[in-house]
Amino acid sequence: MKKELIIAGFGGQGVMFMGKMLAHSGMKEGLEVTWMPSYGPEMRGGTAHCTVKISTERIASPFCSHPDTLLVMNRPSLEKFQPRVRAGGSMYYNSSMIEQEISGQEIDVAAVPANKIAEELGNPRIANMVMLGAYIAREEIVDLMTINNSLAAVLPEEKHNLIDINLEALKRGYSLYTSLEKS
Amino acid sequence: MGEKKLMKGNEAIAEAAIRAGCRYFFGYPITPQNEIPAYMSRRLPEEGGVFLQAESEVAASNMVYGAAGAGARVMTSSSSPGISLKAEGISYIAAAELPCVIVNMMRGGPGLGGIEPSQSDYFQATKGMAHGNFHLLVMAPSSVQEGVDLMSQAFDLADKYRGPVMLLGDGMIGQMMEPVEFPEKIDPTELPPKEWATDGARGREKNVINSLYLDPDVLENLNWKLQEKYEQMQREDVKYEEYHMEDAVVAVIAYGTAARIALDAVQAAREDGIRVGLIRPITLFPFPEQVIARASAQVDAFLTTELSTGQMVEDVRLAVKGRTPVFFHGRPGGNMLTPEELLEEIKKIRGEVQ
Amino acid sequence: MKQDKLKEVAGYPDSMSGRDMHYCPGCTQGIIHRLIGEVIDELKIKEETIGIAPVGCAVLAYDYFDIDMQEASHGRAPAVATGIKRVHPDKMVFTYQGDGDLASIGTAEIIHAANRGEKITTVFVNNAIYGMTGGQMAPTTLLGQKTKTTPRGRSSEETGNPLKVSEMLSMLDGAAYIVRVSTHDLENINKTKQAIKKAFKVQQQGLGFALVEVLSTCPTNWGLSPRQAMEWLEKNMIPEFPPRVFCAPEGVDEL
Repeated sequence: MKKELIIAGFGGQGVMFMGKMLAHSGMKEGLEVTWMPSYGPEMRGGTAHCTVKISTERIASPFCSHPDTLLVMNRPSLEKFQPRVRAGGSMYYNSSMIEQEISGQEIDVAAVPANKIAEELGNPRIANMVMLGAYIAREEIVDLMTINNSLAAVLPEEKHNLIDINLEALKRGYSLYTSLEKS
Repeated sequence: MGEKKLMKGNEAIAEAAIRAGCRYFFGYPITPQNEIPAYMSRRLPEEGGVFLQAESEVAASNMVYGAAGAGARVMTSSSSPGISLKAEGISYIAAAELPCVIVNMMRGGPGLGGIEPSQSDYFQATKGMAHGNFHLLVMAPSSVQEGVDLMSQAFDLADKYRGPVMLLGDGMIGQMMEPVEFPEKIDPTELPPKEWATDGARGREKNVINSLYLDPDVLENLNWKLQEKYEQMQREDVKYEEYHMEDAVVAVIAYGTAARIALDAVQAAREDGIRVGLIRPITLFPFPEQVIARASAQVDAFLTTELSTGQMVEDVRLAVKGRTPVFFHGRPGGNMLTPEELLEEIKKIRGEVQ
Repeated sequence: MKQDKLKEVAGYPDSMSGRDMHYCPGCTQGIIHRLIGEVIDELKIKEETIGIAPVGCAVLAYDYFDIDMQEASHGRAPAVATGIKRVHPDKMVFTYQGDGDLASIGTAEIIHAANRGEKITTVFVNNAIYGMTGGQMAPTTLLGQKTKTTPRGRSSEETGNPLKVSEMLSMLDGAAYIVRVSTHDLENINKTKQAIKKAFKVQQQGLGFALVEVLSTCPTNWGLSPRQAMEWLEKNMIPEFPPRVFCAPEGVDEL
């Protein structure tokens, strides 16, 4: 198994955090992982992205020009990264912020109303966990329980009061997809 | 070894330094290494150590000189333009034979350059860096775990040779997160005493930490003594790794970040049936010249790849001594090398030498 | 000769090596070294003091003191001292610096060491010229003063005015004790010793950064005889750099 993801959005949408959660969970399940951020001025306000690789084998380059999976939280990031997704890959986009219908050529596209659900839960900043929940529900890269347990390790301690609401967001994203496809 | 943790290279390297007994850090902010001073400012006071943000890189490297001369395990970190400023202090540190560790998380240059990963300071790191005949022992990790492992050895090597040791990474090594395990903490108070240090001449002759030798014979002796150390490093402390070299007809040579990308290309080439191997220097000074010289009898061609316009390739050519063609493919940093372009180069070279 | 009947009335301080100094006749650096040596002896801190020699005429100071010493690169003595003091906070650390070293190339280091309240003592020798390199303009060179690099005399238009280091540093909160003294006659030399002693005591008490600016001579590069140099210092430097205490911790006189 080898997954190469780009997770993108604007600064503040928590895309770096999504990547860390995924990498941490992969590590906990005994997989090889790398997390590579974009860094520098673009983190403040512009588009931000990170590359995550998860594999059963040793990972060579942590960079990725053509990911097999794109998790994308806003339109500028979609425009930048969608063309790079490899044929046969998949894209999960935040349909609350990218309202027009998206179709992919040779890629599997999934719409996740991440912000809508986050707002229902009362905090738009947890849209990222809705998206992550949806992704792992659909592709089963790592177990939901592992992701849940990673929150305490990846969130800085002063934010541990937010664990519950993040768990809720993960669950909503997860059940969104399992109810759509698996049930 | 404890539990695996997912950590950024910069923070993991800082923690490894603390576990290796480093208790003093003097630095100055510059991207992409800012997590190192931030981590040290948080952790060192917990360990009874000192973190100090200096007024400049010049001052920071001279604070390191003072603290190293005073007998401490001390380090600094910076990125390319900052290392240029630290070069003054490092020359004095080398001349006064003081052990310390310097981290350079390289970014693109020249000048202010960029902040993205680059390997364009190879010459600066391995060819003496500043005025005078001296070298640093330079080690280049290509993963976060290796950054930790090399940092764990760096202070011992600095003590062994009584000189500066550099950990040469780049924005990728510093910013990337990977799982790491740490060695046990050592207690710096249990290290062998440094009889030469300036800690107050209590009941002994005075110690002088100095780099001024107005007597040409004394200066010449110091220079030859330093050269002997560099020869000893070449005999005892060369580190490298080889992949798929058993049957290789083309050898890719790359270090650090470039080696990670090259490994993808090597694997892809193998899948296409091309017998390619990779030699990854871990110490850049001392350079693994013997393994490359040996490989030159085996392979039809070398491909050196770097995030630079071609710096390490000069050392490869010196090691190969013209016996085998040496090709180069690089990007000067910022824009990343890709496995795809390297695969293409490998195929081209395979075609040319056949 | 019966040695036991002779009583020693003068000699080298114990914290000095007794080696012949290389300073020019009429230069007061030898005197300033000796004053530091006497202070170290009197405070009984020979075995707990680490000195930092500068680049400049006093570059060989490490040969003249019989204590642990580090030689710094040009201007960086306060940074080197910071490194040492942070490793050995219980030891006494002093820098010895000239005007080119401290007030030109090392401006950043001295300001920040003072501003941090680094618990070190700095002896700053101001003779208004670069000595070691052969008489170039220093930041403290007087207006109109001819040097190798101000052959028509220093003009404020081209190179600014003499830099007032003590005045400047005394504005910083971290500076505990800043004083300017002179070496042109016996009375002032005695005051210099008292100032150096206080500056060491300020460090001993952990009160903050202490600096003694000592006005000195350079007969060789001023082109004067030793006696003329003393007179020149008094007549020209004292009005520009008046000796005084710029800042001092409360109760410094009892120290």
